[in-house]
Amino acid sequence: MADGSAFPPQGISLRIENLSHSYRIEGRALPVLENISLDLKPGEFVSLLGTSGCGKSTLLRLIAGLEPPLEGRIVAGETDVTAPDRSRILVFQDPTLFPWRTVRGNVALGLETDGSAAHRGDEIDAALRLVRLDAFAEAFPHQLSGGMAQRVALARALINHPPLLLLDEPLGKLDALTRLSMQSELLQLWRKVGFSAVLVTHDVEEALLLSDRVIVLSDRPARIVAELPVTLPHPRHRDDPHLVALRAKVLALLGADIPEAIA
Amino acid sequence: MTDTITSPARRGLEAPAGLAKIWPAGLLASLVWAAASGITLALPDVIPWGSTELFAALTAAGALTLVTLAFTAEGLGRFGRAVKAAGPWLIALGIWFALWEFTTAKTGWLPKPFFSPPQGLLHVYVSDGARLGLCIAYTLRLWALGYFSGVIVGFLTGVGLGWSPRFSYWGMPLLKLIGPVPATAWIPVTFYFFPTTFDASIFIVALASGIPVAILTSAGVASVNRAYFDVARNLGASTLFLISRVAVPAALPHVFVGLFMGLYYSFAVMVVAEMLGAKYGLGWYIQFQTAYSAYANVYATLLIMAVLCAGLVKLLFVARNRLLRGQEGFL
Ligand SMILES: Nc1ncnc2c1ncn2[C@@H]1O[C@H](COP(=O)(O)OP(=O)(O)OP(=O)(O)O)[C@@H](O)[C@H]1O
Ligand SMILES: [Mg+2]
Repeated sequence: MADGSAFPPQGISLRIENLSHSYRIEGRALPVLENISLDLKPGEFVSLLGTSGCGKSTLLRLIAGLEPPLEGRIVAGETDVTAPDRSRILVFQDPTLFPWRTVRGNVALGLETDGSAAHRGDEIDAALRLVRLDAFAEAFPHQLSGGMAQRVALARALINHPPLLLLDEPLGKLDALTRLSMQSELLQLWRKVGFSAVLVTHDVEEALLLSDRVIVLSDRPARIVAELPVTLPHPRHRDDPHLVALRAKVLALLGADIPEAIA
Repeated sequence: MTDTITSPARRGLEAPAGLAKIWPAGLLASLVWAAASGITLALPDVIPWGSTELFAALTAAGALTLVTLAFTAEGLGRFGRAVKAAGPWLIALGIWFALWEFTTAKTGWLPKPFFSPPQGLLHVYVSDGARLGLCIAYTLRLWALGYFSGVIVGFLTGVGLGWSPRFSYWGMPLLKLIGPVPATAWIPVTFYFFPTTFDASIFIVALASGIPVAILTSAGVASVNRAYFDVARNLGASTLFLISRVAVPAALPHVFVGLFMGLYYSFAVMVVAEMLGAKYGLGWYIQFQTAYSAYANVYATLLIMAVLCAGLVKLLFVARNRLLRGQEGFL
């Protein structure tokens, strides 16, 4: 991870202790997270894998502080998470852009909350270039494709330089090619800036290519089934035999029966 | 070349290409306007209304303009297209003028004082124009004071009701109670509370315009997608930021519906409000002239009010399209 870059690591640590959570649906409790404990070192990149509806987005919402957990504790850096904070930014699964703002206005949102947007126009431009949307700065969200909207949401988060970045399938709607290039942008940025990251993805390969550690979750209520360190140096290659072996292992853990045939 | 089917150029080689550029509806409109002018000038008035020659001259001028446009509209770009789109209306208007003149001033089938020919309305503007101008100014002053104060208070109340559960707990039942009561029903109480009838009138207009704005703003703010708030809180937004930069812009389409409704209501109550001991104003003028059975003056005034209201609606549309720019796909 440490590649001797000039930038000091910016990431913060994250400690999750015995976290449990459930929702109420029509008066009945729906357990979603069960006794999750997880530690991230500053600057660590961790991926969460689990089947649809198991509770991954919920876990990210709790870490972001958007909802208080029913049980357990989350500590980011030195402080207990009790409310949302700009040091922990979540890129939502649904881009949720503000339809009344242009792409540029959406990206500037976080800078407006502390009044710094006016003199940081260059950074906004740079963030738009990073996600390759500089040509669409003045477009409105309804004029974008799903993948473009996702990239705007990514820029809207990155511009705040959060020490902890929470990514909920941020590249889910992108075509294979854009996805690859966004993966490598994300990786480069992470290696340069050194933020800590929790990535939720359905793409096992993406998790293995990007992260230091892959966490496999069970079906709802989500428990941690396995933690697999990925120690390969960057840049990684998808056909690296070590990576291929890991992929088969993760797929087996996720409960897939076919992968042996594919892998 | 929108109407290629009726275009003579399609039918044969002998048709000159220039003919294709003629606007047929414009020619027809010009014809009926000329007929209206002819009827006005040629037939004698059975009841004297005044301004006969002026009305004939104006309709004739209209006919001349239309015949000119019939040959030039094609080359006039945007303006030309707008005129062409209005073609059927221009024809209908000409027919309406002709019939109206014929049945009132020229035959007396529709008798005075209940009916007035267009030349009668015209005569009101010509003979009483100065006083009407003053009335318009008074009315617009009352409208502006009432509408803007009502809309501002209504908007702020609506934001409070939509945002704060506690405010809504006390405020919403009150609003639901007051909302359906016609603003004019408050006239007796208003007179007790306000020092002058002018203040009371402003209050009535403000109430009529403020209530729909309050109701729709609160509904708009309360129905804002919760995910927008999550996004903003996640990026460090304060409560003030959430209200002013998330809730209000998201509710703006609703707010504008309230502004439009308030505009119509304000005009409806303004006439009544101006009848309460005002010294000038279109409502006062209507009441004054009704007392003398001068219905032509009443109709002429109603026409002015309709045009004023339509103009203000148009302005509000311009403002709305500007503020909600880019949201077409979202609305
Ligand atoms: N606000 C809510 N109220 C009630 N139930 C909820 C709420 N949000 C999520 N759930 C439930 O919690 C469970 C987990 O949802 P979550 O969004 O965390 O899943 P996920 O792992 O992110 O799934 P996916 O991969 O499909 O995005 C689901 O069964 C869902 O029905
Ligand atoms: Mg999810």
